[in-house]
Amino acid sequence: MVSTRCAACKYLRRRCPSDCIFSLYFPSNNPQRFAYVHKIFGASNIGKMLQDLPVHRRADAADSLYYEAHCRIKDPTYGCVGIVNLLHQEIYNVQSQIAKIQAEIAFLSTNEQSDETQYQQLQIAPNLDPNFLSEQKGFSNSFDDSSTWFY
Amino acid sequence: MKSQEPRSRSSCAACKALKRRCTPNCQFAPYFRKDEPKKFAKVHKVFGASNISKILNEVADEQREDTVNSLVYEAEVRLRDPIYGCIGAIASLEKKMVELEHDLILARARLAFCVNQRTSFLNEHENMAPWIHDNPVSGMVETFNQNSFSFNQFGHLPFL
Repeated sequence: MVSTRCAACKYLRRRCPSDCIFSLYFPSNNPQRFAYVHKIFGASNIGKMLQDLPVHRRADAADSLYYEAHCRIKDPTYGCVGIVNLLHQEIYNVQSQIAKIQAEIAFLSTNEQSDETQYQQLQIAPNLDPNFLSEQKGFSNSFDDSSTWFY
Repeated sequence: MKSQEPRSRSSCAACKALKRRCTPNCQFAPYFRKDEPKKFAKVHKVFGASNISKILNEVADEQREDTVNSLVYEAEVRLRDPIYGCIGAIASLEKKMVELEHDLILARARLAFCVNQRTSFLNEHENMAPWIHDNPVSGMVETFNQNSFSFNQFGHLPFL
């Protein structure tokens, strides 16, 4: 006679009723799946968690519980929280890179504007002493349009 | 004659919840103080006291505090999101990483454009007053040499 017990009932050595809450999510062909979740959460807690959810969400819940149990068995200290921490760190690193590049862009844009302005003024007064212009640049990088040095 | 029993100390949060005597070498006492009953209640609801005890027995003494903290975090997230728990949090963070990686590519492309513009401008005005060459294109080489973060290294989540 072929056993029709689910992995959970097989593991727990009990009869598998027709309305067994585990049977859909812990099939007999994957005994490790139930073994992992039972080790970390316990069959009773799994049953209660699944019972509290609408039927159409139970499959996802069982999958996520298995994934979490798997992470916890691989890393008993941090489990999947280790992955969360790592991702937070990497997000921070990438955000820092982006901020640095944006600062570089802002720096370039400011210098470009300043040089463009002074180039235009040089076009207006080509015979102006370049040393005089050099001193003016030393004054400020944010060139004020109202400046009257070329009059 | 009464035996000289040690004075009873107040129970830790775990022993209080489990309605049992808190022994001097109670495994839970260092991590579940009596003034934090909710902390134990959360992990007990999700993992169960017996499973917590087994997990703590598997890790070294110096790692137990971190273990308890991560179990508490995981329990909290699971209670907040009974369907996906921490896996939902991981999926959100990975999604954010994808978006940021995209932003990083755009930012680098923009920077490359600005560098090219500046280089062209400097080349066009080579014979201009010397001051215009005072601000070199700085920091760019280091930025371009940054390696991209290779995300999605945690495996495919088939159900999300």
